[in-house]
Amino acid sequence: MLDATAHEFARLPDAPGVGYKPQHFNEIADDAGPVAWLEIHAENYMGDGGRPIAQLRHLAERFAFSVHGVGLSIGGEGPLDSEHLARLKHLVDWLDPASFSEHLAWSTHDSAFLNDLLPLPYTEASLARVAEHVDEVQEVVGRRMLLENPSSYLAFEESTLTETDFLREVAKRTGCGLLLDVNNVFVSATNLGTDPVSYINAFPVELVGEIHLGGHDDDEDDHGAPLLIDNHGSEVADPVWSLFEYTIRKSGPKPSLIEWDNDVPDWPVLKAEANRAAKVLEAATA
Amino acid sequence: MTVDQTMFREAILDPEAARPDGLSDGKGRPAGRRFDVYRNNVSVSLTEALEVGFPVIRKLVGQENFRLLASAYLRRHPPHSPLMMHFGADMPAFLATFEPTRQTGYLPDVARLELAIRESYHAADADPTSPAELEALPPEALVGSRVQLAPSVRLVRSPWPILSIWRFNAEEAAKSPEMAAEDVLVARPDLDPVPELLPPGGAEFVNAVLTGATFGDAMDMASGASRNFDLPAVLTVLVKMKTMIEIGG
Repeated sequence: MLDATAHEFARLPDAPGVGYKPQHFNEIADDAGPVAWLEIHAENYMGDGGRPIAQLRHLAERFAFSVHGVGLSIGGEGPLDSEHLARLKHLVDWLDPASFSEHLAWSTHDSAFLNDLLPLPYTEASLARVAEHVDEVQEVVGRRMLLENPSSYLAFEESTLTETDFLREVAKRTGCGLLLDVNNVFVSATNLGTDPVSYINAFPVELVGEIHLGGHDDDEDDHGAPLLIDNHGSEVADPVWSLFEYTIRKSGPKPSLIEWDNDVPDWPVLKAEANRAAKVLEAATA
Repeated sequence: MTVDQTMFREAILDPEAARPDGLSDGKGRPAGRRFDVYRNNVSVSLTEALEVGFPVIRKLVGQENFRLLASAYLRRHPPHSPLMMHFGADMPAFLATFEPTRQTGYLPDVARLELAIRESYHAADADPTSPAELEALPPEALVGSRVQLAPSVRLVRSPWPILSIWRFNAEEAAKSPEMAAEDVLVARPDLDPVPELLPPGGAEFVNAVLTGATFGDAMDMASGASRNFDLPAVLTVLVKMKTMIEIGG
């Protein structure tokens, strides 16, 4: 277990951030609007040099950074990839971001990387394994991490714990913080027929170091029941904004990210989403 | 009923496989096509990674064919690293054996050029020497010196006109390719990789320099390979592309 008081962490500001896309490089530098920090996917910046690293060095002079991993496979049945952990440590060491986060999910099994965030059952066995992996990450990287709630399309019959109890217990055992993805909460609740507000009420908001907001797509399952797809390809939906407002009233202002990874829009559209998040955060401060 | 990750992975990568039991819609009914969301995410995200990595191959075979090709590729060669920047390294060999493409001889070499450009893009930074440093060397010193080339330098040789094919499909107003062998130097004069045609003997020269030969030995090898070897022509390319980072003994 990592002693969370052993490090003095620079925190992300309690303000809007956006997922950084290289096509916005010039506009972000000229007119960031309310955007105070940027998030990158760790794996895209693990090359040795060139344009990606040059852009990152330049932007890091002005913006706080969040490094968000998508490839560690913390929920994997097998051991963590030690080479990948070493690459992550290298990135975090030179960039010195204000935050590092990863997902409650798996993506690698028997060395094949599937490039998606895959689900796991919530049992005592998987809890022990995830806590062990989070311990290992924090040990190697040398800082506290945030663990993010997934979006779910199905449930495991073998699960014995709720997701909120699972996350709370991982945090208790490892000292990690949590990343609350409000869109994921809405997507999962809709898909599995549960109540998103009850989820937020059960979530340990005091451990939240960052909030995610993103768009989702609408589909249906075999029975015509709504099946929302978390695709980060559009504006944040209105019911997700409402759930975000509810969360912020409960938690107070938090670093809040607009994620838009597919069909990435022009900068003004993304900035308008950040402005909308800024208003919610300001209302909670007033 | 427990679902382990081996079962989950196999069902994701094989669209014909049965979906695993033990998964529900959260309301007591089997998960059914909900499982296919994961199948689709994996297939689409890996296909998109290949589209980004091989834009010219995609243009050469056409969008629909590329999707079929990508679908076969990602099942035969799933990534073994979470770094999508490295995904697709087996593409040249795959194209050489994949039934619909194996007759099209130049495809594997064009794929090698696209891989070289991608590697160059992510390679480590290095400051080039100034052309003045090269010019200041007396000829006898130059012959005995070894030159270190930048980490972003790649050499791709082909019996096909791969650079002309690449340009015709990647650049506007490029001439249509004519049959010729082409040797290509890829380097990063600034932040973006640029492919450049090497003159006769140029590939032997660059290859010798890359493997640690002196300038003199590299010149001998290049002259042996081509009677038309022209040192100033090759040096002009190497200087223009800012490839030389250290000149030493």
